[in-house]
Amino acid sequence: MVKRKFGRTLLHAMCVTVGVTVAAVVMSLPVLAQDKFIVVASTTSTQDSGLFGHILPLFKARTGIEAHVVAQGTGQALAMARKGDADVVFVHDKVAEAKFVEEGFGIDRREVMYNDFVIVGPKNDPARVAGKDVVAALKKIEAGRSPFASRGDKSGTHAAELRYWKQADIDSSVDRLAGKGGWYRETGSGMGPTLNTASAMNAYAFTDRGTWLSFKNRGELTILVEGDTKLFNQYGVMLVNPAKHPHVKKELGLQFIEWITSPEGQAAIAAYKIEGQQLFFPNYRP
Amino acid sequence: MADAATRPHVLPLTAEHLGFDVGEVTVLSDVSLVIAPGSRNIVLGPNGAGKSVLMRLLHGLLTPTAGSVRWSNADALAVRHAQAMVFQRPVMLRRSVRENVEFALRVFGHPDVRGAAEAALDRVGLVHLADRAARLCSGGEQQRIALARAWALQPEVLFLDEPTASLDPAATRAIEETIAAIHAQGTTIVMTTHDLGQAKRFADRVLFLNHGRLVEDTPAGIFFQQPRSPDAAAFIRGELLW
Amino acid sequence: MHSFPMPEILQACRYTPRMQEIPQSLSLAFTLITSLDRTMLSIAGLSLRVSGVAVLTASLLALPFGAWLALVRFPGRQGVIAVLNGMMGLPPVVVGLLIYLLLSRAGPLGALGILFTPAAMMVAQAVLIFPIIAALVRQVIEDAWGEYRELLVSLKASRAQSMRALLWDMRFTLTTAVMAGFGRAIAEVGAVMIVGGNIDGVTRVMTTAIALETSKGDLPLALALGAVLIAMVVSINLAAQLIRSTAMKKHG
Repeated sequence: MVKRKFGRTLLHAMCVTVGVTVAAVVMSLPVLAQDKFIVVASTTSTQDSGLFGHILPLFKARTGIEAHVVAQGTGQALAMARKGDADVVFVHDKVAEAKFVEEGFGIDRREVMYNDFVIVGPKNDPARVAGKDVVAALKKIEAGRSPFASRGDKSGTHAAELRYWKQADIDSSVDRLAGKGGWYRETGSGMGPTLNTASAMNAYAFTDRGTWLSFKNRGELTILVEGDTKLFNQYGVMLVNPAKHPHVKKELGLQFIEWITSPEGQAAIAAYKIEGQQLFFPNYRP
Repeated sequence: MADAATRPHVLPLTAEHLGFDVGEVTVLSDVSLVIAPGSRNIVLGPNGAGKSVLMRLLHGLLTPTAGSVRWSNADALAVRHAQAMVFQRPVMLRRSVRENVEFALRVFGHPDVRGAAEAALDRVGLVHLADRAARLCSGGEQQRIALARAWALQPEVLFLDEPTASLDPAATRAIEETIAAIHAQGTTIVMTTHDLGQAKRFADRVLFLNHGRLVEDTPAGIFFQQPRSPDAAAFIRGELLW
Repeated sequence: MHSFPMPEILQACRYTPRMQEIPQSLSLAFTLITSLDRTMLSIAGLSLRVSGVAVLTASLLALPFGAWLALVRFPGRQGVIAVLNGMMGLPPVVVGLLIYLLLSRAGPLGALGILFTPAAMMVAQAVLIFPIIAALVRQVIEDAWGEYRELLVSLKASRAQSMRALLWDMRFTLTTAVMAGFGRAIAEVGAVMIVGGNIDGVTRVMTTAIALETSKGDLPLALALGAVLIAMVVSINLAAQLIRSTAMKKHG
């Protein structure tokens, strides 16, 4: 008697499993044919901030185009675009972008928005860096050999971090810093994982405000250095040059660039807030 | 594919100075014999005498390390189609009884797979089990399926390697009756056994093997009354040969 | 598509210390499943679609190949078997990289234009799991050949006929090999991340979603998704096991 009941329950469980599986598979099928889409090479910090989740639906509503964002480090994003695997590039490393355009891979570059970088660290601030001056803060961190987690990938954020170390006259080449008693740790990964590491190590870290605000694993860390004008981080958008890669979706890509620098797009960027704070400041000037 | 009556014949089968070594061990040496059509040949001997190896050499499952096996027909296809073998432990495919027989017929290339399978199952009395899973049948039933499988191919010669060694007396009797029926239809039988009683019941001719040598090759009547060799005599008396 | 809406009760717990993360995640996982969260369902569905197609394709190729390798004999065969077995341990990220280079516009198959679509993910996973299924099939069929050899040789079955007969006869054991391939595919993140790009709503599957939430520091959500993924895989395996044991009882 018990055996029969058990068998029936099992049969039920099986049917439910199969039913849910089929439902899930069916629901995952795209409802509309995806014939209008572009591939946008962008960065993990931009994605992690949640900006795309906010503005891309608006773009689609306006133009009917889906923007497929592949998020990596800036270096990877540009490499991917060089190979022609993206239609549009949307990163934040002016120097690298300029080189990209100069080499002929990018055209129609426009400045879109900026956000800022901050330095986060343990609440008790052992190196006493709190304030507005980023260069001074880095000097104090180095002097006190306080633990510091760096991205160490070819990202825009990492490039910016290295520029500030240089301005502080601290030789930021990997061997020298990393060799200095192990206080400078390179994670070789994105902003989120680096912050995870910093949080676990109770270390200082250099991050963009956007990622920080949506980062949920803060531990004892908090923003210590902000507001320095040096810390502004400029974003640029470009079309991958169809002359180099004929298959690039030129018209659709230009529509994206047009929209994101239009009053509507710029307003959408400004409207994106986390905890009431605006993350990105549109600054396109025609 | 021709009917049994009109198919090219492959018997008599001649084995000359057959030898088989496994590494350094000689399992069979200098065995010569002729299998003539229509006979009931029993290969008799104690365990380890080399009976199974001899069967496999004659059927073509093993290649001799010495000597040769010659069929009267040079056509390899005819030779293939004219024999079948039943093993001591039947190997059943994981399908129904009917499908096991049909598989053999399909591989063979029989023009009426369904019909021939049905007929074979009927002859061995297993039609009522035709759609049962073969692996769930008893040992005796599985051996009858194996016989049906072999019989369906209408072979000219049927090799059987201790087919009833693992079966109880009732199943043994059923198998022996089936083999007798197959013989009655014209198939030559070559069967091994270490069971004296079975040999007495069944043989026209006895090939007595001991320690890998063909000790005697005698018509059955003479063999059991007056064995020519002391080994055979001892075996018939029921002594252990070693 | 938006990121996961967090049940309000958990909004307040966003920055709690680590120890409480596991029970938190389990309750979040339960909520996600029972509320049939739309985003989660579509991501789970994509995981199943990608890995399902991958395992189907890989099996269609690996079953005959494994059976053939089990039955054929040629010099160097042992070497081929060793290499095949070794490829069971192919790192997913390496496979992803190789397929990316193949499918990139700059690569030989770029004109197909399937990079960063589910099709590329299916290809990468199929390549990844083919050796697993083929190696296991080879072992199973070779072991079975020991039992069936005399019968099949006696019946004068051709190699193709023997392959088919053995594949069908060993079907229950072979489903385990196929499920092993499926498990590997649905659990990997390296290959699908590189060739898919983890695009929201297009190529985001369970594993890449977990990686993303982890990198955003949302560990409870990442763990919850992980729990859902495990539950999914376990139930599929349970169903397969039930079907298998019922069928085995019927057929021996």
